[in-house]
Amino acid sequence: MIRRIAGRLLEALLTLWLLVTLTFVLLKAAPGGPFDAERDVPPEIAQNLARAFDLDQPLVTQYARYLARVARGDLGPSFQYPDFSVGELIAAGLPITLLTGSLALALALLVGTALGAWAGWRAGAASDRALSLIAALGVSVPKFVAAPLLILVVAVWLDWLPAGGWGTWQHAVLPVIALALPNMAVVTRLMRSATIETLDSDFVRAARARGAEGLDLFVGDVLRPAFAPVLAYTAPALIAVLTGSTVVEQVFGIPGIGRYFVQGALNRDYTLVLGVALVAGVLIVAVNVVVDALRAVLDPRLVDSSRG
Amino acid sequence: MPALVLPISIFVMLRALALILIAALAAPTNASTLERGNGAEPDTLDAHRAQSLGAFNVLRDLYDGLVAEDADGALVPGLAEAWRVSTDRRVWTFTLGADARWSDGRPLVARDVVASFRRALDPATLAPYSNLLAPIANATAIGAGRAPAKALGIAALDARTVLVILDRPAPLDRLMTLPIAFIVDVDAAVRLGARHTRAGNLISNGAYRLVDWQPQTEITLERNRFYRDADKVAIERVRWHATEDPASELKRFIAGDLDITDSVPPGNFEALKARFGAQLRIAPLYGTFYFGFNLRRAPFAAAPKLREALSLAIDRDILTRHVTGFGEAPAYGLVPPGMSDYPAPVAPAALMTQSARVARARTLYAEAGYGAERPLTTEIRYNTSRPHRRLALSVAAMWRETLGVKTRLVNEEWKVFVVNRRAGRVTEVFRGTWIADYADPMSFLETFRSGQPLNVSGYDDPAFDALLDRASAAGGARARMTLLGEAEARLNAAHAILPVYHYTSKQLVAPRVRGFVANPLDRQPTRFLSLTDDVR
Repeated sequence: MIRRIAGRLLEALLTLWLLVTLTFVLLKAAPGGPFDAERDVPPEIAQNLARAFDLDQPLVTQYARYLARVARGDLGPSFQYPDFSVGELIAAGLPITLLTGSLALALALLVGTALGAWAGWRAGAASDRALSLIAALGVSVPKFVAAPLLILVVAVWLDWLPAGGWGTWQHAVLPVIALALPNMAVVTRLMRSATIETLDSDFVRAARARGAEGLDLFVGDVLRPAFAPVLAYTAPALIAVLTGSTVVEQVFGIPGIGRYFVQGALNRDYTLVLGVALVAGVLIVAVNVVVDALRAVLDPRLVDSSRG
Repeated sequence: MPALVLPISIFVMLRALALILIAALAAPTNASTLERGNGAEPDTLDAHRAQSLGAFNVLRDLYDGLVAEDADGALVPGLAEAWRVSTDRRVWTFTLGADARWSDGRPLVARDVVASFRRALDPATLAPYSNLLAPIANATAIGAGRAPAKALGIAALDARTVLVILDRPAPLDRLMTLPIAFIVDVDAAVRLGARHTRAGNLISNGAYRLVDWQPQTEITLERNRFYRDADKVAIERVRWHATEDPASELKRFIAGDLDITDSVPPGNFEALKARFGAQLRIAPLYGTFYFGFNLRRAPFAAAPKLREALSLAIDRDILTRHVTGFGEAPAYGLVPPGMSDYPAPVAPAALMTQSARVARARTLYAEAGYGAERPLTTEIRYNTSRPHRRLALSVAAMWRETLGVKTRLVNEEWKVFVVNRRAGRVTEVFRGTWIADYADPMSFLETFRSGQPLNVSGYDDPAFDALLDRASAAGGARARMTLLGEAEARLNAAHAILPVYHYTSKQLVAPRVRGFVANPLDRQPTRFLSLTDDVR
């Protein structure tokens, strides 16, 4: 057991090291640097800036110093926002990204599972066809269209919620919905086909033969196996809402870390991009471990072989 | 730390959730709070290190220079209640107001001013705009590390008198309104380092003081009760919101969440005008959009006729009316109109009809050795952006139509563009822009001095440099302006750049905001504004 955990840990560390190294190389390979701007700074100041941020050192030295700093738990100062360290910026933004991301995923799972199960249960009916159409639309409409549309309808026309910014629970509603929508559509489709497939399986037929029907049949025999593909989708979906929140955060003006992926790269804010990539990497590794464990619990073939 | 980030974040997330719920119970709207859009997140609130317009906006509320600007942009007393300049315009004496105070109530004295200027010019401060103060004696040597900051030509004669000595005459009163000249609390900056700009730490001296800074969201300021004109400051609180995306900012304005926007989305002026009427404020800005020619390589080096032909071939009236469309003025020279006391040179092209320009363009193009059999092939390089692309496309179409020029459009991501433009090895025609730092032609002309890092065209004219030097050395303000006018005339006649239009500022201002006055530097400190209830 300990061996297994140690192995996993080692694997995770190796993944993170590779991630940091690759990000570092890519960032340094990109032309332009953090201090290239419309107006050049005086050469002496430019030299001092380079020195202050280690940019006057050979790349190998910069890389080694960065790794050493990260190992001490210091993600370095931000190039673009010198008043803050990268650690501070992430500590301020990550909770917001986690909050909106996890709420969005929860909403997507809840609504998507319910709708998908309903559609699958009544496959072929008019309601199923309508839902499938809406789900197809939900998958294909990009967030940069859906988010402004939500603002226009709910905040501008109906005036129910603020159009952007952050601070009260009302500010979180629209971004969470915008983040949830595409995932909701995917979950609906996954759940629908899994439900149909499960209804057609031998163990459900056996259960029907035992006399199970309606809600009993659904909850007792269909829901859990049908949910397995949705659960498998949860890990990539969670990662996607956490790292892919850039558009939604920008449109709603939310101070999460999603925007740093793009903004940081455009500004060549090396330490910020590395820091955000590292945190995302930690999240991805953690999510994968948790979901692997959960799947083992939920998959009937692994857990309850006596059944079905 | 990365391993700890997750549990800590979950804790902080739960705390954030709780705070949100608590905040939801409290009434969020406040009638005496002004909500302003501020574009992208300010880079820093250290006045000496700031570079972004968003930072300048907030800093102008937090700080006063020795000299300030009124709502119209005219110079008025700031921390200094009076100042005088010697006849050779090289020795300036500022008298601090007896009521000059820091936002914590301490008196602000001449010693503080001296310390702040030394800090701004000390290369260790890493102030990107320190060269704006280069006219101060020894500033350049200090910036280059050849002299200690103590050698700077500034001294405290007594608690309220500051003497500034210049190496060469300069509009020091105008320069005093720039954030690089704001008086920063140097003791705090030394003691607290980068953290001195945090809410709770930052001690300023302007109409407002910092009470909260949520990075990427909003910066909240409250009236500074120690400010000399505190009783004339109407608005109790101002929140500067980060509004990176102009389309979202517009929606927040429509929803009533913002009182003043930073900008408006590019594109449909007519629709905005129809919808917002007098709330849409368009005004001339001291800024010029131009295309630069790379004068260091073919085909534009030593080809003034070709450059002039290309400049004459475009129809600026069509471009400003239909492509940019926000009331921009067609530009035939570098310096925008409206600079006071400036005898602006009139470019001959400005007085011609478009058909005369086209005819002249064809003649010059042929004289430069080009024609239908041997058309010019070139490129226009710009940083990726839809408005830039539209403009470049239109210019290329006009060149093709009048001269048969074959133009390739090259768009590059911002940093790549900036690096290529400065290096000047691959560029031919490129997007250029200059927005004035201060209301003076020098702010534009200086960027074309030979060897200046900002001179990305590689314009190199000793006579032009000499005119700028003579203007700087000129004793009288009028003589100085005349020489600057001659310098601009030389630059325009050389067609080193292809000026397209002079910018306008574009903002939405809610009806409940009073006192908003457009000015050509687009500076709108909150202290001149007020809010009224009788609209909503």
